[in-house]
Amino acid sequence: MSDVIHNSSATSTASGRTERSATASKTYAAFLVIGLLLLLIAPAFLYPIFLMKLLCFALFACAFNLLLGYTGLLSFGHATFFGGAAYFTAHVVKEWGFPPEIGILVGAAGAAFLGLIMGFFAIRRQGIYFAMITLALSQMFFFFCLQASFTHGEDGIQSVPRGHLFGFIDLANTTNMYYFVLGVFLIGMIVIWRFINSPFGMILKSIRENEQRAISLGYSVARYKLGAFVMSAALAGLAGGTKALVFQFATLTDVGWQMSGEVILMTLLGGIGTLIGPIFGAGLVVTLQNYLATSQFPVTIITGVVFMICVLLFRRGIIGEFYASRLGRKLGFEHRR
Amino acid sequence: MTMIFGIPLQAFLGQLLIGLINGSFYALLSLGLAVIFGLLRVINFAHGAQYMLGAFVAMLMLQYFGINYWFALFLAPIVVGLFGAVTERFLLSRLYKLDHLYGLLFTFGLALTIEGTFRYLYGSSGQPYAPPQQLTGATNLGFMFLPIYRGWVVIVSLIACIGTWLLIEKTKLGAYLRAATENATLVQAFGVNVPVLLTLTYALGAGLAAFAGVLAAPVYQVSPLMGSNIIIVVFAVVVVGGMGSIMGAIVTGYMLGIAEGMTKVFYPEASNIVIFVIMAIVLLIRPAGLFGRDV
Amino acid sequence: MAAPLLQVSNLNAWYGESHILHGVDMTVREGETITILGRNGVGKTTTLRTIMGIIRERKGEIRFNGRDMAGVPLHRTAHVGLGFVPEERGIFSTLTVEENLMLPPVVAEGGMPVAEIYELFPNLYERRGSPGTKLSGGEQQMLAIARILRTGVKLLILDEPTEGLAPVIVQRIGEILKTLKERGMTVLMVEQNFRFASRIADRFYLMDHGKMVADFPVGELPERMDTLHKVLGV
Repeated sequence: MSDVIHNSSATSTASGRTERSATASKTYAAFLVIGLLLLLIAPAFLYPIFLMKLLCFALFACAFNLLLGYTGLLSFGHATFFGGAAYFTAHVVKEWGFPPEIGILVGAAGAAFLGLIMGFFAIRRQGIYFAMITLALSQMFFFFCLQASFTHGEDGIQSVPRGHLFGFIDLANTTNMYYFVLGVFLIGMIVIWRFINSPFGMILKSIRENEQRAISLGYSVARYKLGAFVMSAALAGLAGGTKALVFQFATLTDVGWQMSGEVILMTLLGGIGTLIGPIFGAGLVVTLQNYLATSQFPVTIITGVVFMICVLLFRRGIIGEFYASRLGRKLGFEHRR
Repeated sequence: MTMIFGIPLQAFLGQLLIGLINGSFYALLSLGLAVIFGLLRVINFAHGAQYMLGAFVAMLMLQYFGINYWFALFLAPIVVGLFGAVTERFLLSRLYKLDHLYGLLFTFGLALTIEGTFRYLYGSSGQPYAPPQQLTGATNLGFMFLPIYRGWVVIVSLIACIGTWLLIEKTKLGAYLRAATENATLVQAFGVNVPVLLTLTYALGAGLAAFAGVLAAPVYQVSPLMGSNIIIVVFAVVVVGGMGSIMGAIVTGYMLGIAEGMTKVFYPEASNIVIFVIMAIVLLIRPAGLFGRDV
Repeated sequence: MAAPLLQVSNLNAWYGESHILHGVDMTVREGETITILGRNGVGKTTTLRTIMGIIRERKGEIRFNGRDMAGVPLHRTAHVGLGFVPEERGIFSTLTVEENLMLPPVVAEGGMPVAEIYELFPNLYERRGSPGTKLSGGEQQMLAIARILRTGVKLLILDEPTEGLAPVIVQRIGEILKTLKERGMTVLMVEQNFRFASRIADRFYLMDHGKMVADFPVGELPERMDTLHKVLGV
């Protein structure tokens, strides 16, 4: 693949402080502080369950983008990690009485394991074959969840207790739960940020830019791709496990191919390869779904149309377009081709 | 009662037939995917939706205009093919210069839109479509009863597959198509209108999917979900066969359909994942696919 | 003097970001055989590909048979009368020899009938059923020329027809081009093999740094040798 799917404006934000101008650094810091403040006070203005759902999907989308935006691999099977982790967390918390923080970690670990298996097969092919293989394996996992006993088939795992964080913070309290979810989200984002700026992340980027060159430089490309895949799966699992505790159930919806499609849309809409783009993409999609949930009009049609519009006219996504806009450049974000 | 591997012969042959029928649809659909991918380098995610459209067009033509199965078998592929041609000409063709993944994403969006629209209009549950009178009933083959319509599906899809193969391998149009797959610019410099060729190819692929859809309508229920259920399996078929060869796509389709049918006999629990398992095994042994040339 | 069949004025062309042709001027008259000489990378192939319409990022004027080629899309250039034999010959591996031969559509009357083509190229007739790329390099080159002869184009554009071929094959291709010339075919080619070119060309263009720096008939060749040595670096 010559020009791997990615957004070039992204490169500037992703590749760290060295490439970003001083203005952008300051702007970035300012946005970061404002964003954090908004997240801290948000429950006072918005329905907390909605916010928690948004945070879970935002983390999921950022985890997905870690693979697509920074490694150039389009996975059509990320529902497996999101929904699989939801099942694992729900199961260990409900049936085995694990505390919530351990439950979420089990979910993430389980997702990482699934990622290892799926990645092992999928990285044998590139480009669209990679997408098709992940989709097929994910569908296989869907059928597994449909038939396995611990998932309770069509019913899913219901009424999962949220439990007490560290044994004493009652997560049944919505405010407590919100700040817990926010904490998980921020940890996830920091991990992603550290990961893409680590030497490992740099090598991934060079693989995305030119795989042949990376091979000739002696990097074991397959191993790096697999590493990125597992990392992305684990973070998607972190989001999925948290979501299971927020809604207190895990169902087949989260492992279906439609969910894999949704996370692609969130990332595409927000800006492939931008650190924060997927957050906005997730925000938009979740808001849209909430808005349409009460109407008769099916979400699928809107999702499909938005998908086509994004691909045809709006490939940079919201944040990518912002970086490339006059205002974005004035604030110091480079748009590099 | 005759037994084979401890299974009644009747049941064995029955599942073999079901496998053959599923295999017919896999073959027709993966053939269309391979034809489109060969020239356009697009994985047509909307292939399932076009299959579903074929079935729906046939059903609606019967309901509203009284057009029977025989006409629908020709008209539905033409209608869906035209729809495909318009899509390619005005939308999909804008994406050729970009990474191939965008074509996949676009057609995914298209599939969601079509499926969502039909779910909105007709609900998720399936509707029956009766086979034509001439093909109802069953015939006694001595060792089993063969429902005539199912036999017809196997034969007709085999003819369609071979016909498409002949079109591509033995005709002038097919020569243009193969040449353009190798070097589109040169073919264009020779005076062949390649953009039109691309549109025709996409229409052909979509039409084949719709043809499979009409064939499938009396076998399964006509439902908005019938496309997305089958397309993921067909993707696995395509990964197994590799998209380098038309004949490879056909043979793999039938093989995997039969493998699925046999699994239903011996280990029914695994029947809906067996094709994915085979895909995984093939990836381990021959990553390029059984007939694959391009990784 | 015959009317100009192809008239190129101030042609500029870009390949992506890089500006390759910097104002090419040239004229090809009906029935002439023209050879463009020049070192590697001066824009010879680009000139041919731009005239063919394959490279679309171009400025300046290309007139063929009095017609401005600016608005002619790639798939119509052949119909206007230009036939192309590309550098790598462009034989299709999934097509048989005969399919390769029959591939380019006939654009005008006056093309060579298939029977006559097979008479001119007996090897191709013998191997008409085998895949195009199973042919030897020389046979592939003959096939690449043969399939254009069928179409009835007025101008044959050849990019390095003798590249990588054995001397005996080069001689054979020279004979074929002479035959074509006798039949009145106009030929524009890029050729590194100077001796080969001097035997069949009527006129030369010398190219350097993306433009034509000299233009002279074959008769002036001896007195131009100094310039040629300088520009070609031989």
